[in-house]
Amino acid sequence: MTKKIYTKKEWIKTLAGLKSSYNIFVPVRDGDFHTFEAMDDKKNPDFNFKNTRLSPKSLIYPQSERLFEYTLNENDPDANIIKQSKKDYFPQAIVGIRPCDAHAFQIVRPNFDNPEYQDPWWVQRYNSTTFVGLGCNNPDSTCFCTSVGGGPFSEKGLDALLYDLGDKFLVKALTDKGETFLNQAKGGKEADEAALKASEGLAASALDKIRNKVSTDKLKDKVQTELFDAPFWDEVAFACINCGTCTYLCPTCWCFDIQDEVFKKQGDRIRNWDSCMFPLFTLHGSGHNPRARKVQRVRQRFMHKLKYYVDRYNNGVQCSGCGRCIRNCPVNIDIRQVCELMNGFSHKNQ
Amino acid sequence: MLEYVEKIRKTARKLFKDDKVDVFIGYKKGSVPMMNQPVLINTADQADLLYWDRNCGLNLCNYLTRRTDRIGIIANGCNSRNIVTHITENQIRRDQLYIVGIPCKGMIDHRAVQRAVKQQEILAVEEHAETFTVKGRDFEKTLNIKDYLRSNCLVCTHRNPVIFDEIIGQPVEEQREIDAYKDVKEIEKMDPENKWNLFTRMIDKCIRCYACRDACPLCYCPTCFVDESRPQWIGKSSDPIDTMTFHVLRAYHCAGRCTDCGACERVCPMGIPVRQFTKKLNKDAQEFFSWEAGLSLDQRPLLDVFRPDDYNDFIR
Repeated sequence: MTKKIYTKKEWIKTLAGLKSSYNIFVPVRDGDFHTFEAMDDKKNPDFNFKNTRLSPKSLIYPQSERLFEYTLNENDPDANIIKQSKKDYFPQAIVGIRPCDAHAFQIVRPNFDNPEYQDPWWVQRYNSTTFVGLGCNNPDSTCFCTSVGGGPFSEKGLDALLYDLGDKFLVKALTDKGETFLNQAKGGKEADEAALKASEGLAASALDKIRNKVSTDKLKDKVQTELFDAPFWDEVAFACINCGTCTYLCPTCWCFDIQDEVFKKQGDRIRNWDSCMFPLFTLHGSGHNPRARKVQRVRQRFMHKLKYYVDRYNNGVQCSGCGRCIRNCPVNIDIRQVCELMNGFSHKNQ
Repeated sequence: MLEYVEKIRKTARKLFKDDKVDVFIGYKKGSVPMMNQPVLINTADQADLLYWDRNCGLNLCNYLTRRTDRIGIIANGCNSRNIVTHITENQIRRDQLYIVGIPCKGMIDHRAVQRAVKQQEILAVEEHAETFTVKGRDFEKTLNIKDYLRSNCLVCTHRNPVIFDEIIGQPVEEQREIDAYKDVKEIEKMDPENKWNLFTRMIDKCIRCYACRDACPLCYCPTCFVDESRPQWIGKSSDPIDTMTFHVLRAYHCAGRCTDCGACERVCPMGIPVRQFTKKLNKDAQEFFSWEAGLSLDQRPLLDVFRPDDYNDFIR
């Protein structure tokens, strides 16, 4: 597999040169934080970032996406016939995605792409995407990727991985997709021994900097109903204001709502992110709401991520340890603490 | 304001011991710097959890709505005004509450502090009387608190609680000669098109998480208009028109009720200055009706008063 070295300036020029083959998404500074945006002449990529405020999940799974459209105009021969919206699945590359966020796509994959169901929009966009990761030299104190099957230089879900060597990037291809991407990338030199050695050193020291250890080992053995009835949920949920910050910033939250929006005679069927924090999420047509209370909704979020997912997919927890919800929760509900409570819960000690 | 911590704990302990409250609502120290968590305690033993510093920038009144027990609660100026509003709007009864007043010197703007250290990760913040020290992996910086106060605290004229059963510490001096609406006046000067563009730009990052609404003690409707499905008032997609509708309607629902506590702005994950909407309505309430929300239990809220002899024509 290809391993190349670029000066940082050269790398950005190289990316610009790839625009005829890929839509390139890069981290861009936007005020106080970074966001992934399509690379163009006005937006400078800034790889000197911790992580983006919003996860890059919207590049595969947009917050709002038109799936179908229809006309209500009776004079139109196609009146009232619902048609799939045309989509452009031109190859795209997310360059600079952090390993936790790339891992997150692997975590959500069994939901959108499994033998039973394939979500055509998610699958096609996922298949058209090349994930070029950027390893984390300095993980945040809220990062806990190593507790949930990832790591600051984890290659899970990545097609290529960048190592920040100060004034240079070392980039390694990891899959055929990554190889194709790098083969089209102009310039650069073949990586030498010294650079490869330096990259190994970076990965090892980054691992050392992660101080968090969140225990998830006993979650699988817990009885769902016992955890569900655990006495700590009221305390966990007290401060929660039931906003959608955690779910919308989370790279592994996948829930959605489908709505029809009609303007004059034109109708669109749109899929929108939804959040288990919102009362409307579970409101039945009858008016009954099985999760009418805050504590039920908070419990659902953690049970889904740390228990139901674990039991159903046998693929670890539904969390990549990116720490966004910890850093941005308005009321400091900390998933590390909740996970410890759940993992350490014993029905008998009640 | 660290000196309040021990006093708050002592007061809470005594309230439980004297059986004056069933629960006590305050803050506990957060798991990340510049963040504290609202907490409810049930016993005197838990009083050591209670904490107070310049990062208690939410609004605890949010947690009072329609509770039925006897509650001890800490309240600085703005929070106490919201408690008054809650009582006059029948969301809680005065006799259920034991209010522990806190004279407030303002909260720290955590975003401004992040900017001051160029967005490097802050690992610890130590608060002193007039300064605070910010520490990261390779840096340490001491900053003056007065340069990093939140924008709503800078223009606050009610730092002392307006209602309390007991007050912790001496009242602080109120800020005077403050022009609270300088920024609003600048916007008022704009023509409609520029105003529209400004507001459109302001909310273009909004992800509709509704944290601003949810952090606000005024937003206690059993079903918010954005959650209504029959009829559905507002689209669920990220269409800018729906986003604007949400922000404008949210602000109007706060007219004559907002105390400018700043919780909405504190919690926004995208850093949107949502107070710009509510401040204009606060200014109107003050200019047209000499009204500031939540100052007295004896006054009905601005918008639920009707007098047949009102001197204004439009009301008749």
